[in-house]
Amino acid sequence: MMINESLLLLRYEGIIVFMIFVLFVLNLTDFDKKPSRFLNVVNAMLFINFIAGFLPMPEGSAFQGFFRSSGIIALEKNVLNLGILLISLSGYNWVAKSRKAVEYYILLLSSLLGLFVMLSSGHILVLYLGLELSSLPMAALAALNTNSQKSSEAGVKYILSSAFSTGVTLFGISLLYGAVGDLSFQSISQHLQPNALSLMACIFMLSGFAFKVSVVPFHFWTADVYEGAPTSVSNFYAVISKGAGIFVLMTVLYSLFKNITEIWLYTISILAALSMTIGNLFALRQNNFKRFLAFSSIAQVGFVLVGITSASKVGIDSVIYFVIIYLLSNVVLFSVIEAISDKTGKEKISDLKGLYKTNPLFSIVMTIALFSLAGVPPTAGFFGKFFLLTSGMGAGSYILIGITAINLVLSLYNYLRIVKAFFIDKEEAEMPLVKGNWQTSLVLLACGCGILVLTFAGGLYHFIDTLNF
Amino acid sequence: MSILTLLIICPLLTSVLLLLPKSDKGTKSIALIGSIIQIALTGYITFLYQAIRSAGDKSQMLFESNIVWFSTLHINFHTGVDGISLVMMLLTGFVVLAGVLVSWNIKNQVKEFFFFIMLLSTGAFGFFMSLDLFMLFFFLEIAVVPKYMLIGIWGSGKKENNAMKLALMLMAGSAMVFLGIVGIYFASGYFGPHNTWDILELSKIHLPAEIQRVIYVLTFVGFGVFTAMFPFHTWAPDGHSSAPTAASMFLAGISMKLGGYGCLRVATYLMPTAAKELSWIFIILASIAIVYGAFATLMQKDLKYMNAYSSVSHCGFVVLGIAMLTKTAFAGAVMQMVSHGLMTALFFAAIGMIYDRTHTRMSDQLGGMLKQLPFIGTAFIIAGLCSLGLPGFSGFVSEMTIFTGSWEKAGLFYRVATILACASIVITAVYILRAVGKAIWGTVTNKTYLMLTDATWSERAATILLVVGIVIIGVAPFLFIRLIEPDVQYIINRIIL
Repeated sequence: MMINESLLLLRYEGIIVFMIFVLFVLNLTDFDKKPSRFLNVVNAMLFINFIAGFLPMPEGSAFQGFFRSSGIIALEKNVLNLGILLISLSGYNWVAKSRKAVEYYILLLSSLLGLFVMLSSGHILVLYLGLELSSLPMAALAALNTNSQKSSEAGVKYILSSAFSTGVTLFGISLLYGAVGDLSFQSISQHLQPNALSLMACIFMLSGFAFKVSVVPFHFWTADVYEGAPTSVSNFYAVISKGAGIFVLMTVLYSLFKNITEIWLYTISILAALSMTIGNLFALRQNNFKRFLAFSSIAQVGFVLVGITSASKVGIDSVIYFVIIYLLSNVVLFSVIEAISDKTGKEKISDLKGLYKTNPLFSIVMTIALFSLAGVPPTAGFFGKFFLLTSGMGAGSYILIGITAINLVLSLYNYLRIVKAFFIDKEEAEMPLVKGNWQTSLVLLACGCGILVLTFAGGLYHFIDTLNF
Repeated sequence: MSILTLLIICPLLTSVLLLLPKSDKGTKSIALIGSIIQIALTGYITFLYQAIRSAGDKSQMLFESNIVWFSTLHINFHTGVDGISLVMMLLTGFVVLAGVLVSWNIKNQVKEFFFFIMLLSTGAFGFFMSLDLFMLFFFLEIAVVPKYMLIGIWGSGKKENNAMKLALMLMAGSAMVFLGIVGIYFASGYFGPHNTWDILELSKIHLPAEIQRVIYVLTFVGFGVFTAMFPFHTWAPDGHSSAPTAASMFLAGISMKLGGYGCLRVATYLMPTAAKELSWIFIILASIAIVYGAFATLMQKDLKYMNAYSSVSHCGFVVLGIAMLTKTAFAGAVMQMVSHGLMTALFFAAIGMIYDRTHTRMSDQLGGMLKQLPFIGTAFIIAGLCSLGLPGFSGFVSEMTIFTGSWEKAGLFYRVATILACASIVITAVYILRAVGKAIWGTVTNKTYLMLTDATWSERAATILLVVGIVIIGVAPFLFIRLIEPDVQYIINRIIL
């Protein structure tokens, strides 16, 4: 393989590294003393990064199969690039005020780099490298708000639970090495035998990733960290980290452990049922909006796991399609709550009562996003959820689908509760008209249109289906 | 683009356009124009349909168009109408226009109100013309959440709880429908040429009986929740009582018919073997609903509760007709859906008009309405007489057809169910006449009622529209029978096989 071809495969990672490098250089100058100029430059870079992602990308592997790329992987990276751009735009005000803009972006991009490496890994060592590279900056990000005790608490909580779960994953990896005698994806997927040792390896490795995507019973950190961390960072946790985690989990299950599909199918089904049910039940009683979103995201991951149980190409398609829609919807919710809490310091659901009277546009776009999460047409979330559950039902686990159906009703209650607060409940405290900056407006417009337009876009789903895994 | 797609686009476009004008008057005018175009379009389609049919076109569906939507999952945007869906669409057109007219006096958040009404209308039209199960489900779901908003925002009484109850129960129903149709999709891959959502293709496949049984029960119960089948009817009285007038009209007039249509088109048509084996369950449930609904109505003082429970009873007739599995009973069920849709919309409209003026719906606090509000009082009486099945109105024709069709089924079980259903007519007469006697006739008890004014032009227009519909079906039922009959034959052919 020619050296420049393998460099081309590393294009996504290369651009991110280059941006981190630029940020370091800028840190040496006093360019970041004027936040607005600095942020505009960064956002422009992220935008170019997003656009560059659509340039044609070769498929193949580099470094003796340690690193690989395919159509699906490129698409997944594009999705994450879009997410990071939206998050960066919506966090404009907070970053400008925090006076830690350079640190924020370096950490954010390092974590993204780690996620990219994970997605492209063709060898467990690279996977582990990516996992660590993505986790450590995230803990620092959570603690970035140094004035707030809750933020530091979130950081500590995340780093401790993350360290523990990584340890468990590492143990799983060592068992896997014992079972197969090699750590490359190719040989593991060929030589893994369905026996007790590989089952243990699978379960230990899975629990590490389950932590990353906050599947019940590995979800305990989620609500506290989402609440304590700065909203932009929570958004990153909920959208980017979780989205990438789902992609990686899917890759690991579908390629590494494809020989023992019957075994992990049960595990994943149980985790899916638990996540949906517990996520939805805990979301019932939350009053802090960020905590509510934390539990809602736990429940959504449960739905994604239902799609993963299909163990087929349709499963991959529908999971990716769902994650795109999930990303758009969640970015809307976090952006609005960020704009509101930036202006008024309010982030409770009870503070949002009567929001439609005071801030009609915010409440409409949030309603669209909430309905999309609940899977109510004519939003794209309906299609995402329908396809996810259809592919899950193809696997024929009827009990799981029954539990899912109950959870659809539960989750509708949860999201309608918020919509009810906007439109029906009388406002308790005075809420001023919050005017988001143009960056927030752009994000909301893009996501809102995306949620509605994807309804008619059968083409996107078909496009995902044509890509190679 | 086919003419049917136009009928989905029209309400959708109206719902967007009516957000534009600054004044409430402009919004209302756009909503009115939109709903007039809808009803004109439906009428035109009916006219074309008749012309094509009489020219000798015997194909099952007319105006078919099939656009690929999600090719990987075999989902198509497949539309087409037969006589059954056509009469349901006519009903939708009538009730939506009447609903818009009745809501002419609405004051707060006018734009949002008509937006949701038009969204509901989109859902209903789309549902009735769908020939693809996915599309059918999509439009069914569209019709759930706007109802929550309509009741929650513009409702009265314990509106928040009742709206939530309605939304959750309907969502649970649609979740069951979802399980059923996805089951059909996968089963069609195993036992047919390929996986498909297409109703016409599915109607050529015979699935094994054990699969049919599961799917039949799931879809019938799921759609049954929408049509307020016992014991899943509890959302209906509470929801209706809290809903604003137009939403009540829509809810009872169209939304409950989505369920009936689904029971017929999806559950019975696609699962004929299971229908033959298991329809006795739904005959029992329908008989209970008919009798229980009628007795529950006897106890109601609130006029809206009264009409809601009587709707439970009347929709029991629809389920009974569908579950009896004879041609006449099917035709009766379809006619009962249309008839009850118009009649109950008229009833709710009249109750709403009385409530707007007197601010009470308790029958014992009213009295002498006919003297003060002759027009509204007459509308109320017409709706009542239609409800108790007076010849000349649509209720008589459709109930009579269902009874005749049910009697065709020999066997003690079917006979008992039919007799029970017939007997409930007597109870209907009791509660209708009592309500009319207390609230409408008699002397004016409350002196403040002497100041009341009769119906406005928009209310008159809505009432006349609905009464005309009721009388046409009552006097010339053959017009409808002729439309429905060939298509009912398709369904019954599947059953006989």
